[in-house]
Amino acid sequence: MRKYLKSSVILVLVVAMLAIGGMNCTQAPSDVYKVGAVFDITGPASNLGVPEKQTVAMMVNQINEAGGINGHPLEVIVYDTEGDADKTAMMVNRLIEQDEVLAIIGPTRSGSSLAIIDTITTAEIPQVSCAAAIGIVEPVEERYWIFKTPQTDKEAITEIYTYLQGANVTDIAIVSDTSGFGAAGRDILLADAADYGITILDDQTFDSGDTSMLSQLTHISGTDAEAVVCWSTDKESAIVAQDMQTLHMDIPLFCSHGIANMAFIDAAGDAANGVIFPAGKLLIVDEVPASDPQKEVLTNYRDDFEALYGEGTISTFGGHAYDALSVVVMALEQMDEGLDITEARTAIRDGIEQITDFAGTGGVFTMSPTNHLGMAPGSLAMIEIVDGEWTWLQ
Amino acid sequence: MSADQFLQYLISGLTIGSIYALVGLGFTIIYAVTRIINFAQGEFVMLGGMLSFYLISSVGVPLAPALILSVLIAAMIGAIMYTLAIRTARRASVISLIIITIGAAVFFRGIAGEVFPWGVDFVRPPYFTGGESISFLGAYIHPQALWIIGTTLVVTVLLHLFLSYTMVGKALKACAISPVAAGMVGIDARAMALIAFVLAATFGAIGGVVMAPLTLTSYNVGFMLGLKGFVAASIGGFKSPIATVIGGLTLGIVMSLAVGVDWGPFSSAYKDAIAMIVLLLILLIRSGRLAEEERAS
Repeated sequence: MRKYLKSSVILVLVVAMLAIGGMNCTQAPSDVYKVGAVFDITGPASNLGVPEKQTVAMMVNQINEAGGINGHPLEVIVYDTEGDADKTAMMVNRLIEQDEVLAIIGPTRSGSSLAIIDTITTAEIPQVSCAAAIGIVEPVEERYWIFKTPQTDKEAITEIYTYLQGANVTDIAIVSDTSGFGAAGRDILLADAADYGITILDDQTFDSGDTSMLSQLTHISGTDAEAVVCWSTDKESAIVAQDMQTLHMDIPLFCSHGIANMAFIDAAGDAANGVIFPAGKLLIVDEVPASDPQKEVLTNYRDDFEALYGEGTISTFGGHAYDALSVVVMALEQMDEGLDITEARTAIRDGIEQITDFAGTGGVFTMSPTNHLGMAPGSLAMIEIVDGEWTWLQ
Repeated sequence: MSADQFLQYLISGLTIGSIYALVGLGFTIIYAVTRIINFAQGEFVMLGGMLSFYLISSVGVPLAPALILSVLIAAMIGAIMYTLAIRTARRASVISLIIITIGAAVFFRGIAGEVFPWGVDFVRPPYFTGGESISFLGAYIHPQALWIIGTTLVVTVLLHLFLSYTMVGKALKACAISPVAAGMVGIDARAMALIAFVLAATFGAIGGVVMAPLTLTSYNVGFMLGLKGFVAASIGGFKSPIATVIGGLTLGIVMSLAVGVDWGPFSSAYKDAIAMIVLLLILLIRSGRLAEEERAS
C-alpha cells in the first residue's frame, strides 16, 4: 500500500510539473522561432517539392547567420508529404500538436492543401500554402488562417486572354485534361472568354496519362481556330506540342504555367519552339528591367540558389516557398515579445494580413482581409520558347 | 467529318491501338499459359522506354544496340520476377498470384522512380528516324508512328509463327489448352510459365522502346498503359495473339473516331465512355457465346 502511495505521489508531481511547464510555454527573447513546412519531397510532385525544401534550408541558414529574427534563431521543421493528402494531414497535425510550431508553410499541391483546410482552421494556426488552386484561399471568410503565394489559374488565364486580345485573336480552340488542374482551368477558360471578345470554337479534353492527342487536334484543325490554348501538366502539354507539329498545324499554342520547366523543352524538343505561356518572372530574370520592383529579389534568389545547388536548378516552385517563408518571417519580425503560443499564432496571422507591396519571386503581394493571395496584376510574364530558351514577350 | 479527317482519325487510332495491342499481347500469353493476369505488364513497357533512354543518354550506347539491350534487360527482369515472386508461391491460388503481380508492379514503379538519374521527371528518347511527319493522302503520320505500327505487325506475325511451327511454341499452346494433358505428355509446365513471362516482358519492353519517343515516358506510365492493354486483351478474349491485336486496334480506332464524331453538346470527354460501351457490348456478346461453348463441351 505504501509503495502504491509513493508512486502515485510521484505521478501527481510529474503531472503537475508537466502542467506548469505547459502553461509556461511563452516565447522568451532567445527562444527559437519554430515554423513547420510540409512539401512533396518524394512522390509524383517531388520535382516541385525538392526545390521548395532546398529553398527553405538556404533561407534558414541565411537568416540565422544574419542574427536571426529580432535575435531569435529560426528553425523550420520540414516533413515529407510523399504527395499524399492523408500523409499531409498527419504531418500537419504533428507540427501543430507535437512540434508546436508558430506557422506552417506548404503543402506543395492543391489537393493536399485543400484537404487540410479544416485541420488548420480548427487548430487556429496561420498557414501559407505553396499550391495553386484558388479554393485554398477563397471564400476568404472561411479561410481566416490560410494564405498562399503562387499565382492561380485565374491570373494565368487573364494574362493569356489579355495577350490574345492585344493580338486581335478572337477565335480559339481549347484542349485540357480531365484532372483537377485541367478541369479547373477549362472552367475559367470557358467562363472568361467572352470578357475578352474571344469565342471558343472547339473544346476538347483528354485524360491525364493519355499518350496521343492527335484525334483531339485533328478535330481542332477542322475549325477556323486562330490559336490553341492547352491546359494541362508539362508532360501532356509536350505531347500536344509534338502532335500539333505532326499535323502541320501552324496556329500558335498557348500553355499553362505548368510547363515552366526545362523538362517540357527537353521533351517537346523542336516542337516547343513558339509555345507561349504565362509564368513568374524568375525564369527570365536577366530580361527583367532594373526598374521592376521584383528585379532585386529575383536576382538575389536565383544567384544564391544556383550558387548552392548548381547552375540551371532554379524553379518557380522553389520561388513559391521563398515567398511563403518570407511573409511568415515578415510577420515574425513585427511580432511582440513574450507571447504564448496561441497569441503568437494570432499575431502572425494578423501580421501576414497587413503585408503590403512585398516584392517576392512570384509577384508583388498586398494581403488584406478580403484577399489572402494579393498578387498585383502584371506579376506574371508572357514567355515564348525561342530556340529552346525562355524569352519574355513584353 | 471530311475524308481527310476520317483518314487522320484512322491513322491516329491505328498508332495508339498498336500500342495497346503490344501491351495486350503480354497479358494474353501469360494468361493463356498460367491463368494469371499479370498486372505488372505495363511496368515492362515503362522499363523498356526508361532503359532505352538511360542507355542512350546516360551511358552513351548507340540507338540500335541500346534498344536491343533494353529489351534484353527487361526480359531478364521478367525471368527474375517469375523465378523469385511467382514460382516460389506456385502453390498459392491464382488470385494470390495475381495479387503478387500487383505487388511486383508497385515495386518496379517505386524502384524506377529512384534508380534513374532523372528521378520522377519524364523523358523522351530520340526518334528512330527523324521527327518530320509524312504526308499521306491528305493526312499526316509521324515516322515513329510507322515504327510502332510496323513493329506490332512484325511481332504479331513472328509470335504466330513461333506458336504454330516450333516445338516450344506448340508446347506453350498445349499448356494453354490443357495444363493437365500437357503435363501428362511430358511438357514441363514450370518451364513454359517461365517462357511465357519472358515473352511477355519482351513484348512489353519492345512496346516501350518503340513508343517512348512519341508518347514520352516516366516511372509511372506503366499503370495506365497496362490498363489499356488489359482492355485490348479482354476484347481479344485472352485467347490468341491475333485476337488481342485486333482488340487493341479496335479500341484505338473507336476511341479516336469517338473524338471525331460531333456529339452536339457533348465534348471529347465522352471518348472513354464510348470505348467502354463498345468493350461492354463485345464482352456481353462474347460471354453469351462462351457460355454456349461451355454447355456444348
